[in-house]
Amino acid sequence: MTTSTYLPAGLPAPLPAVDGLDVPYWEGTRRGELLVQRCGSCGTWQWGPEWLCHRCNTFEMQWQPVDGNGLIYSWQRPWHPAHSVLRDFGPYLVVLVELPAAGSIRMVGNLLGPADQQVVIGAPVEAVFEPHDDAEHPYTLVQWRLTP
Amino acid sequence: MSGRGIRGKVAVAGIGETTYYKHGQSPDAEFVLALRAILRAAEDAGISPREIDGFASYANDRNEPSRIAAALGIPDLRFSNMQWGGGGGGVAAAVGNGAAAVAAGLADCVVVYRALAQGQFRRLGAALPDPTVSGDMAYLAPYGALSPAQRFAMQATRFMHDHGVEHGVLRAIAMASYQHAQANPRAVMHGRPLDAETYDNSRWIVEPVNRLFDCCQENDGAAALILVSAERARDLRQPPAYLLAAAQGSDQRRGAPVMNAPDFGSGSFNTVAPRLYEAAGVAPGDIDVVQAYENFTTGVMMAIVEHGFCAAEECNDFFTLENLTAPAGRMPLNTSGGNLAECYMHGLGLQLEAVRQIRGQSCNQVPNARLAMNIAGPMVTPVSSLIMGSEETL
Ligand SMILES: [Zn+2]
Repeated sequence: MTTSTYLPAGLPAPLPAVDGLDVPYWEGTRRGELLVQRCGSCGTWQWGPEWLCHRCNTFEMQWQPVDGNGLIYSWQRPWHPAHSVLRDFGPYLVVLVELPAAGSIRMVGNLLGPADQQVVIGAPVEAVFEPHDDAEHPYTLVQWRLTP
Repeated sequence: MSGRGIRGKVAVAGIGETTYYKHGQSPDAEFVLALRAILRAAEDAGISPREIDGFASYANDRNEPSRIAAALGIPDLRFSNMQWGGGGGGVAAAVGNGAAAVAAGLADCVVVYRALAQGQFRRLGAALPDPTVSGDMAYLAPYGALSPAQRFAMQATRFMHDHGVEHGVLRAIAMASYQHAQANPRAVMHGRPLDAETYDNSRWIVEPVNRLFDCCQENDGAAALILVSAERARDLRQPPAYLLAAAQGSDQRRGAPVMNAPDFGSGSFNTVAPRLYEAAGVAPGDIDVVQAYENFTTGVMMAIVEHGFCAAEECNDFFTLENLTAPAGRMPLNTSGGNLAECYMHGLGLQLEAVRQIRGQSCNQVPNARLAMNIAGPMVTPVSSLIMGSEETL
């Protein structure tokens, strides 16, 4: 491994959907850009990727860059390894982060830092790009760390 | 009864189940388990299995109605129904679908069934072995949010945060199931009681919500129940357990991708439960006994709140072992031992237990139980719930 990642290598790797729906998101993360969906017709923010705006039912969903500032909405600290590469690794932290500047859509990621840190719902966090350059199909995950 | 509802038109006339085995221990093929449960349900009802003309199941049961109908020699297969959605959210919906078919005359005798021999297939709690993932899972699996426990934990974390709920609530739910299982010889955990200390010392599966004893088992076995018209049920061997109402569904955008449901910290019943009560014509205080699907104790907690048995802010006082246990508890819960301690038959065992309570045949009988509720598959979408009643509730 040439890159440092929060979780060990070998977990399922993300691939853009074969129908092309979320290709812009995964291309954006490779560039260090966080793109989420916003309706070009009515302005509704939406996540995860969908074809149709749930508010106005037009197919005008567009990809809009956001600054990656969020708040912890919920969290978990898994201990039981649900995958062979997590055996003898855990625990680790998973957070659900809402983005107030983007209609409070929510994104899932890991909370970087010690796994035993106290997690506070409502705490501000910022996006961190975690490249997986050595994967068969290289990709970049969006992770979160407490805003200094 | 007239009108569009099923209230009082259909009854459970027979129930059947196989021996419940630990995961991977069934000596029978999964299809054989399904057949054994269906044959026992027919025998319990006192009908020929060839009278069955309809099938309803859920959670992508692998045992297709056409194959079962051929095996049983059924002369006229009239109704084959699969409830959409994985997990246990479809249990009560499958009963409701079968009852609707009977009420509407699409079939006369519908069996609702579920067979599981997970050792012969892929385990539920294990991660997908695939090296790549797309769609929703592309935003979850790479972060180690893989198993059902890890995909549902954050709903409960948020609910408990919002309402100041303490972990003792979950412990009481787990201990009630285990206490009831000690009186139930069918239960896999019969003879294995659970005390508070053992619960508190058990390992975390997912902190801060699921310890080991908060999570359902994995088991092999099968269960079945037979639905016929109320008139027909009255002529059969067992006291009928009448369907008063069944409801299924979920609230707005529960299926929004990557945990974006607007009312995220909930069990998904906020629109389903009011419809259920309205159709049944009863209120939470009328219900004598509750069977609530435990994928995790957290889901039970939220589902019970959403069905109006207590307010979210009252959880810490309401969910006590004393309140949750038969015969005298305020709301006896999972009186067979449920998914945690009787058997994880994807919740169909809980339906059978509701029928036994109405008949007066439970190992943990609630005295004079007349109205039984069954809640299925909290936190998933769609979810479902139903209310059964005795003759005097019609
Ligand atoms: Zn729109």
